[in-house]
Amino acid sequence: MKILLHHPPREVAVAGPKKVCQVLRELEILPDTVLVIRGDALIADDDVVGDDETVEVRPVISGG
Amino acid sequence: MRCRKCSAKAIIRLPRHNTAFCPACFSEYVTDQIERAIKSDRMFGRDEGVAVAVSGGKDSLVLWEILSRLGYRTLGLHIDLGIGEYSERSRKKVEAFAAGRGLPFVVHSLREEHGAGLSEIAEGLRRPPCSACGVVKRYNMNAIAFQHGMPVVATGHNLDDEAARLLGNVLHWQEDYLDKQSPVLPNSHPKLVRKVKPLYRLAEREIAAWAVLQKIDYIVDECPNSQGSKMLLYKDALNRLEAASPGTKHQFYFQFLDRQKTRAQAAPAEPDLRECASCGQPSTAEVCGYCKLVGTLKVLQ
Ligand SMILES: [Zn+2]
Ligand SMILES: [Zn+2]
Repeated sequence: MKILLHHPPREVAVAGPKKVCQVLRELEILPDTVLVIRGDALIADDDVVGDDETVEVRPVISGG
Repeated sequence: MRCRKCSAKAIIRLPRHNTAFCPACFSEYVTDQIERAIKSDRMFGRDEGVAVAVSGGKDSLVLWEILSRLGYRTLGLHIDLGIGEYSERSRKKVEAFAAGRGLPFVVHSLREEHGAGLSEIAEGLRRPPCSACGVVKRYNMNAIAFQHGMPVVATGHNLDDEAARLLGNVLHWQEDYLDKQSPVLPNSHPKLVRKVKPLYRLAEREIAAWAVLQKIDYIVDECPNSQGSKMLLYKDALNRLEAASPGTKHQFYFQFLDRQKTRAQAAPAEPDLRECASCGQPSTAEVCGYCKLVGTLKVLQ
């Protein structure tokens, strides 16, 4: 699957299918610091992302 | 994963409340938490106007959206800090949001007022940009709200912001700052407006999730000055604790608020305020922090 990351904007590949929580663990991202979005919809941590899909991992933490 | 309230498919888990919600029940939860904050902390009433400090980020736009949906009379206040492309895009988000909903707002541009953006001002003064930014925002938010007859300014500070700030204040034992860290700051001078934080019961991730579910177009990018900031360091530390022990942030901040209530009753502290000799706004010194900052800037120009 294709993962779109921010700060800086970049793309990484992760083998699928996998649950969202497993993807985050593999990328060493704390679940409380991001939202995972497919298309324009929020997906839950036990949703499965297929190998041919693209998801955005959007950070929610701001520095202000 | 199923919604704990209605058994529909859940889209978000809230480990600190040991629950999960579907989009509809989650939206209800978010709105309830904000209404609860407004009412239980007596932030403002239905008959008052509320100035909302809007940056274009998720927190302030969500706050503005919910307050206007709840029927409060709002006025958006945006400070264009003149930090290059980042500020331009932030301002456009605010303008598009307000135009789409027919909401009134005021923009104050630092570059139009002083001929320089925040980064140049901070550099000229040899001050960290985030500290100059704090002075600029606090001063202008108060002054503009006051000019427009708004008795209260609401900001988008959330649970993560407040817990991180508390951690920073405790690490440095800044006790005078601790006294100011409450969700409601009453106005201690006729020219000061009340300051309130209606999102303090909600985690940053919950607010972002609500923004995505409601398709609110906010600026995802970070202020270029905040990279490597202390706030981000404290938030990272708290998020690691939270992952290992859900509810840590909530307990840390809410137990502080409980203690603060008893402390405030014991010794209500009122700062000695006079009017700034230069601009007339309330100040603890003869010349206020903002006028000092602007004064130094004029000398440099
Ligand atoms: Zn539900
Ligand atoms: Zn002044």
